[in-house]
Amino acid sequence: MSIQHFCAWLESTHLATSIRVSTWLFPTIETIHVLAIVLVVGSIARFDLRLLNLAYRDRKVSEVYEEVVPWTWVCFSFAAIAGALLFSSHATTYYHNVPFRMKMLLLLLSGANTATFQRWTYPTVARWDFEARIPSAAKLAGGLSLVLWIFIVAFGRWIGFTT
Amino acid sequence: MIQALCDWLSNTHVSLAIQSALWVVPAVQTVHILCVSLVMYSVAMLDLRLMGFVSRRQPIARMVGRLLPWVWYSLIVLAATGVILIVGEPTRELPNAAFQAKMAMLGTVILITVVIQQQSKKNATYWETRHVGAKLIGLVSLLLWVGIVTAGRWIAYI
Repeated sequence: MSIQHFCAWLESTHLATSIRVSTWLFPTIETIHVLAIVLVVGSIARFDLRLLNLAYRDRKVSEVYEEVVPWTWVCFSFAAIAGALLFSSHATTYYHNVPFRMKMLLLLLSGANTATFQRWTYPTVARWDFEARIPSAAKLAGGLSLVLWIFIVAFGRWIGFTT
Repeated sequence: MIQALCDWLSNTHVSLAIQSALWVVPAVQTVHILCVSLVMYSVAMLDLRLMGFVSRRQPIARMVGRLLPWVWYSLIVLAATGVILIVGEPTRELPNAAFQAKMAMLGTVILITVVIQQQSKKNATYWETRHVGAKLIGLVSLLLWVGIVTAGRWIAYI
Protein backbone atom coordinates (compact mmCIF):
# COMPACT_ATOMS: atom_id res chain seq x y z
CA MET A 1 0.00 0.00 0.00
CA SER A 2 1.46 3.34 -1.03
CA ILE A 3 1.50 6.35 1.30
CA GLN A 4 -1.22 7.99 -0.80
CA HIS A 5 -3.46 4.94 -0.46
CA PHE A 6 -2.77 4.89 3.26
CA CYS A 7 -3.76 8.59 3.53
CA ALA A 8 -6.97 7.97 1.58
CA TRP A 9 -7.82 5.01 3.81
CA LEU A 10 -6.99 6.99 6.99
CA GLU A 11 -9.17 9.87 5.87
CA SER A 12 -12.09 7.48 5.25
CA THR A 13 -12.01 5.94 8.74
CA HIS A 14 -14.91 6.63 11.07
CA LEU A 15 -12.74 8.66 13.47
CA ALA A 16 -11.26 10.89 10.75
CA THR A 17 -14.67 11.47 9.21
CA SER A 18 -16.15 12.45 12.59
CA ILE A 19 -13.38 15.03 13.10
CA ARG A 20 -13.86 16.39 9.58
CA VAL A 21 -17.63 16.81 9.69
CA SER A 22 -17.90 18.05 13.28
CA THR A 23 -17.95 21.81 13.80
CA TRP A 24 -16.13 21.68 17.15
CA LEU A 25 -13.92 18.55 17.15
CA PHE A 26 -11.16 19.92 14.90
CA PRO A 27 -10.74 23.23 16.79
CA THR A 28 -10.84 21.38 20.14
CA ILE A 29 -8.15 18.86 19.15
CA GLU A 30 -6.18 21.72 17.61
CA THR A 31 -6.36 23.63 20.90
CA ILE A 32 -4.95 20.59 22.73
CA HIS A 33 -2.24 20.33 20.04
CA VAL A 34 -1.31 24.00 20.53
CA LEU A 35 -1.33 23.77 24.36
CA ALA A 36 0.93 20.70 24.19
CA ILE A 37 3.29 22.24 21.62
CA VAL A 38 3.78 25.48 23.53
CA LEU A 39 4.74 23.42 26.59
CA VAL A 40 7.11 21.26 24.50
CA VAL A 41 8.82 24.33 23.08
CA GLY A 42 8.72 26.32 26.33
CA SER A 43 10.31 23.46 28.27
CA ILE A 44 12.95 22.32 25.79
CA ALA A 45 13.92 25.93 25.01
CA ARG A 46 14.81 26.37 28.69
CA PHE A 47 17.21 23.41 28.53
CA ASP A 48 18.62 24.45 25.13
CA LEU A 49 19.33 27.95 26.49
CA ARG A 50 21.06 26.38 29.51
CA LEU A 51 23.30 24.35 27.15
CA LEU A 52 24.10 27.57 25.30
CA ASN A 53 24.91 29.28 28.63
CA LEU A 54 22.20 31.86 27.93
CA ALA A 55 19.92 31.05 30.87
CA TYR A 56 20.08 29.51 34.36
CA ARG A 57 23.88 29.74 34.45
CA ASP A 58 23.80 29.35 38.23
CA ARG A 59 22.21 25.91 37.96
CA LYS A 60 23.65 22.52 37.11
CA VAL A 61 22.89 21.32 33.59
CA SER A 62 21.64 18.00 34.99
CA GLU A 63 19.35 19.82 37.43
CA VAL A 64 17.71 21.78 34.60
CA TYR A 65 17.54 18.59 32.52
CA GLU A 66 15.74 16.63 35.23
CA GLU A 67 13.30 19.47 35.85
CA VAL A 68 12.48 20.18 32.22
CA VAL A 69 12.89 17.17 29.93
CA PRO A 70 10.24 14.86 31.48
CA TRP A 71 7.67 17.61 30.75
CA THR A 72 8.92 17.87 27.19
CA TRP A 73 8.27 14.16 26.61
CA VAL A 74 4.85 14.07 28.26
CA CYS A 75 3.67 17.12 26.32
CA PHE A 76 5.24 15.82 23.11
CA SER A 77 3.14 12.64 23.42
CA PHE A 78 -0.04 14.71 23.69
CA ALA A 79 1.02 16.94 20.77
CA ALA A 80 1.82 13.89 18.61
CA ILE A 81 -1.49 12.13 19.35
CA ALA A 82 -3.52 15.31 18.77
CA GLY A 83 -1.45 16.04 15.65
CA ALA A 84 -2.09 12.54 14.27
CA LEU A 85 -5.84 13.02 14.76
CA LEU A 86 -5.74 16.40 12.98
CA PHE A 87 -3.71 14.83 10.16
CA SER A 88 -6.16 11.94 9.77
CA SER A 89 -9.07 14.32 9.16
CA HIS A 90 -7.50 15.73 5.96
CA ALA A 91 -4.70 13.21 5.39
CA THR A 92 -4.51 13.43 1.58
CA THR A 93 -4.46 17.25 1.66
CA TYR A 94 -1.79 17.47 4.35
CA TYR A 95 0.33 14.81 2.64
CA HIS A 96 0.75 17.11 -0.37
CA ASN A 97 1.13 20.28 1.72
CA VAL A 98 4.67 21.68 1.57
CA PRO A 99 4.78 23.36 5.02
CA PHE A 100 3.43 20.12 6.53
CA ARG A 101 6.18 18.11 4.84
CA MET A 102 8.78 20.61 6.03
CA LYS A 103 7.44 20.38 9.58
CA MET A 104 7.71 16.56 9.51
CA LEU A 105 11.24 16.73 8.07
CA LEU A 106 12.35 19.14 10.80
CA LEU A 107 10.72 16.94 13.45
CA LEU A 108 12.79 14.00 12.17
CA LEU A 109 15.95 16.13 12.28
CA SER A 110 15.08 17.25 15.80
CA GLY A 111 14.61 13.60 16.79
CA ALA A 112 18.01 12.69 15.33
CA ASN A 113 19.59 15.63 17.17
CA THR A 114 18.00 14.51 20.46
CA ALA A 115 19.03 10.87 19.93
CA THR A 116 22.63 11.91 19.23
CA PHE A 117 22.71 14.11 22.30
CA GLN A 118 21.22 11.40 24.54
CA ARG A 119 23.49 8.66 23.19
CA TRP A 120 26.88 10.38 23.09
CA THR A 121 26.87 13.83 24.69
CA TYR A 122 24.67 13.80 27.77
CA PRO A 123 26.17 10.63 29.37
CA THR A 124 29.37 12.63 30.11
CA VAL A 125 27.42 15.46 31.82
CA ALA A 126 29.03 14.76 35.21
CA ARG A 127 32.29 16.16 33.78
CA TRP A 128 30.81 19.51 32.70
CA ASP A 129 27.72 19.82 34.85
CA PHE A 130 28.74 23.00 36.64
CA GLU A 131 31.43 24.23 34.27
CA ALA A 132 31.23 27.52 32.41
CA ARG A 133 32.76 25.66 29.45
CA ILE A 134 30.08 23.40 28.07
CA PRO A 135 31.47 21.06 25.34
CA SER A 136 30.81 22.29 21.83
CA ALA A 137 28.87 19.09 21.00
CA ALA A 138 26.38 20.00 23.73
CA LYS A 139 26.20 23.64 22.64
CA LEU A 140 25.61 22.54 19.07
CA ALA A 141 22.80 20.20 20.17
CA GLY A 142 21.17 23.03 22.14
CA GLY A 143 21.47 25.54 19.30
CA LEU A 144 20.17 23.08 16.71
CA SER A 145 17.25 22.08 18.89
CA LEU A 146 16.28 25.71 19.44
CA VAL A 147 16.44 26.62 15.74
CA LEU A 148 14.62 23.43 14.66
CA TRP A 149 11.75 24.00 17.10
CA ILE A 150 11.36 27.63 16.04
CA PHE A 151 10.91 26.48 12.45
CA ILE A 152 8.67 23.56 13.43
CA VAL A 153 6.31 26.11 15.01
CA ALA A 154 6.65 28.42 12.00
CA PHE A 155 5.84 25.70 9.45
CA GLY A 156 3.05 24.41 11.68
CA ARG A 157 1.44 27.85 11.71
CA TRP A 158 2.03 28.19 7.98
CA ILE A 159 0.01 25.01 7.29
CA GLY A 160 -3.08 26.93 8.42
CA PHE A 161 -2.53 29.55 5.72
CA THR A 162 -2.11 27.08 2.87
CA THR A 163 -4.90 24.53 3.29
CA MET B 1 -18.51 51.70 17.89
CA ILE B 2 -16.21 48.69 17.56
CA GLN B 3 -17.26 48.47 13.92
CA ALA B 4 -16.34 52.11 13.33
CA LEU B 5 -12.96 51.54 14.96
CA CYS B 6 -12.39 48.47 12.77
CA ASP B 7 -13.32 50.40 9.62
CA TRP B 8 -10.98 53.23 10.49
CA LEU B 9 -8.12 50.93 11.55
CA SER B 10 -8.32 48.70 8.48
CA ASN B 11 -7.96 51.74 6.21
CA THR B 12 -4.85 53.14 7.89
CA HIS B 13 -1.55 52.95 6.02
CA VAL B 14 -0.05 50.51 8.52
CA SER B 15 -3.01 48.14 8.26
CA LEU B 16 -3.02 48.27 4.46
CA ALA B 17 0.72 47.54 4.45
CA ILE B 18 0.24 44.49 6.73
CA GLN B 19 -2.69 43.28 4.61
CA SER B 20 -0.74 43.55 1.35
CA ALA B 21 2.35 41.68 2.63
CA LEU B 22 1.00 38.14 2.91
CA TRP B 23 3.93 36.86 4.99
CA VAL B 24 3.50 39.37 7.86
CA VAL B 25 0.53 37.76 9.65
CA PRO B 26 1.89 34.16 9.70
CA ALA B 27 5.38 35.38 10.68
CA VAL B 28 4.08 37.60 13.48
CA GLN B 29 1.76 34.80 14.68
CA THR B 30 4.78 32.49 14.85
CA VAL B 31 6.70 34.94 17.06
CA HIS B 32 3.52 35.35 19.13
CA ILE B 33 3.21 31.57 19.66
CA LEU B 34 6.91 31.20 20.51
CA CYS B 35 6.47 33.83 23.25
CA VAL B 36 3.29 32.09 24.43
CA SER B 37 5.41 28.96 24.84
CA LEU B 38 7.87 30.79 27.11
CA VAL B 39 4.99 32.16 29.19
CA MET B 40 3.06 28.89 29.40
CA TYR B 41 5.96 26.74 30.55
CA SER B 42 6.88 29.32 33.22
CA VAL B 43 3.36 29.80 34.58
CA ALA B 44 2.60 26.05 34.42
CA MET B 45 5.65 25.30 36.58
CA LEU B 46 4.92 28.11 39.04
CA ASP B 47 1.21 27.30 39.33
CA LEU B 48 1.89 23.57 39.79
CA ARG B 49 4.45 24.49 42.48
CA LEU B 50 1.90 26.74 44.22
CA MET B 51 -0.55 23.83 44.14
CA GLY B 52 2.14 21.58 45.62
CA PHE B 53 2.49 19.18 42.68
CA VAL B 54 6.10 19.81 41.58
CA SER B 55 9.54 20.88 42.93
CA ARG B 56 8.30 20.86 46.53
CA ARG B 57 11.89 21.12 47.77
CA GLN B 58 12.37 24.45 46.00
CA PRO B 59 11.30 27.64 47.80
CA ILE B 60 8.37 29.32 46.01
CA ALA B 61 10.04 32.74 46.22
CA ARG B 62 13.04 31.39 44.29
CA MET B 63 10.79 29.96 41.59
CA VAL B 64 8.92 33.27 41.38
CA GLY B 65 12.23 35.08 40.90
CA ARG B 66 13.40 32.58 38.31
CA LEU B 67 10.20 32.10 36.30
CA LEU B 68 8.27 35.39 36.29
CA PRO B 69 10.88 37.50 34.43
CA TRP B 70 10.29 35.15 31.42
CA VAL B 71 6.59 35.97 31.69
CA TRP B 72 6.98 39.76 31.87
CA TYR B 73 9.54 40.01 29.04
CA SER B 74 7.51 37.67 26.85
CA LEU B 75 4.34 39.67 27.56
CA ILE B 76 6.01 42.79 26.13
CA VAL B 77 6.72 40.95 22.86
CA LEU B 78 3.24 39.38 22.98
CA ALA B 79 1.62 42.80 23.33
CA ALA B 80 3.67 44.19 20.43
CA THR B 81 2.98 41.24 18.11
CA GLY B 82 -0.65 41.17 19.25
CA VAL B 83 -1.08 44.83 18.31
CA ILE B 84 0.39 44.17 14.85
CA LEU B 85 -2.10 41.32 14.35
CA ILE B 86 -5.02 43.51 15.48
CA VAL B 87 -3.99 46.40 13.23
CA GLY B 88 -3.58 43.98 10.32
CA GLU B 89 -6.97 42.31 10.77
CA PRO B 90 -9.11 44.46 13.12
CA THR B 91 -12.42 42.91 12.05
CA ARG B 92 -11.08 39.40 12.79
CA GLU B 93 -10.14 40.36 16.36
CA LEU B 94 -11.92 43.30 18.02
CA PRO B 95 -15.61 42.29 17.60
CA ASN B 96 -14.74 38.60 18.16
CA ALA B 97 -16.18 37.08 21.37
CA ALA B 98 -13.19 34.73 21.77
CA PHE B 99 -10.81 37.70 21.46
CA GLN B 100 -12.78 39.71 24.03
CA ALA B 101 -12.84 36.75 26.45
CA LYS B 102 -9.09 36.33 25.91
CA MET B 103 -8.41 39.97 26.84
CA ALA B 104 -10.65 39.79 29.92
CA MET B 105 -8.88 36.64 31.14
CA LEU B 106 -5.50 38.21 30.35
CA GLY B 107 -6.25 41.32 32.42
CA THR B 108 -7.37 39.16 35.35
CA VAL B 109 -4.38 36.82 35.24
CA ILE B 110 -1.91 39.71 35.03
CA LEU B 111 -3.40 41.13 38.26
CA ILE B 112 -3.21 37.70 39.90
CA THR B 113 0.42 37.29 38.80
CA VAL B 114 1.32 40.69 40.23
CA VAL B 115 -0.24 39.63 43.55
CA ILE B 116 1.75 36.36 43.56
CA GLN B 117 4.97 38.26 42.88
CA GLN B 118 4.37 41.16 45.30
CA GLN B 119 3.39 38.93 48.24
CA SER B 120 6.39 36.74 47.58
CA LYS B 121 8.71 39.77 47.47
CA LYS B 122 7.38 41.20 50.74
CA ASN B 123 7.59 37.90 52.55
CA ALA B 124 9.63 35.05 51.04
CA THR B 125 7.62 32.31 52.78
CA TYR B 126 4.23 33.98 52.23
CA TRP B 127 2.85 31.29 49.90
CA GLU B 128 4.43 28.38 51.83
CA THR B 129 2.45 29.38 54.90
CA ARG B 130 -0.85 29.70 53.05
CA HIS B 131 -1.66 26.24 51.77
CA VAL B 132 -5.22 26.82 50.66
CA GLY B 133 -4.57 30.32 49.32
CA ALA B 134 -1.54 29.12 47.34
CA LYS B 135 -3.41 26.14 45.89
CA LEU B 136 -6.36 28.32 44.94
CA ILE B 137 -4.39 31.13 43.31
CA GLY B 138 -2.24 28.56 41.45
CA LEU B 139 -5.32 26.77 40.14
CA VAL B 140 -7.11 29.95 39.07
CA SER B 141 -3.99 31.27 37.37
CA LEU B 142 -3.42 28.00 35.46
CA LEU B 143 -7.05 27.78 34.36
CA LEU B 144 -6.96 31.37 33.14
CA TRP B 145 -3.75 30.83 31.14
CA VAL B 146 -5.16 27.65 29.55
CA GLY B 147 -8.33 29.63 28.82
CA ILE B 148 -6.29 32.39 27.19
CA VAL B 149 -4.54 29.97 24.80
CA THR B 150 -7.85 28.23 24.08
CA ALA B 151 -9.67 31.51 23.38
CA GLY B 152 -6.71 32.64 21.26
CA ARG B 153 -7.03 29.59 19.00
CA TRP B 154 -10.82 29.90 18.82
CA ILE B 155 -10.62 33.45 17.44
CA ALA B 156 -10.15 31.71 14.10
CA TYR B 157 -13.40 29.74 14.46
CA ILE B 158 -15.89 32.20 15.98
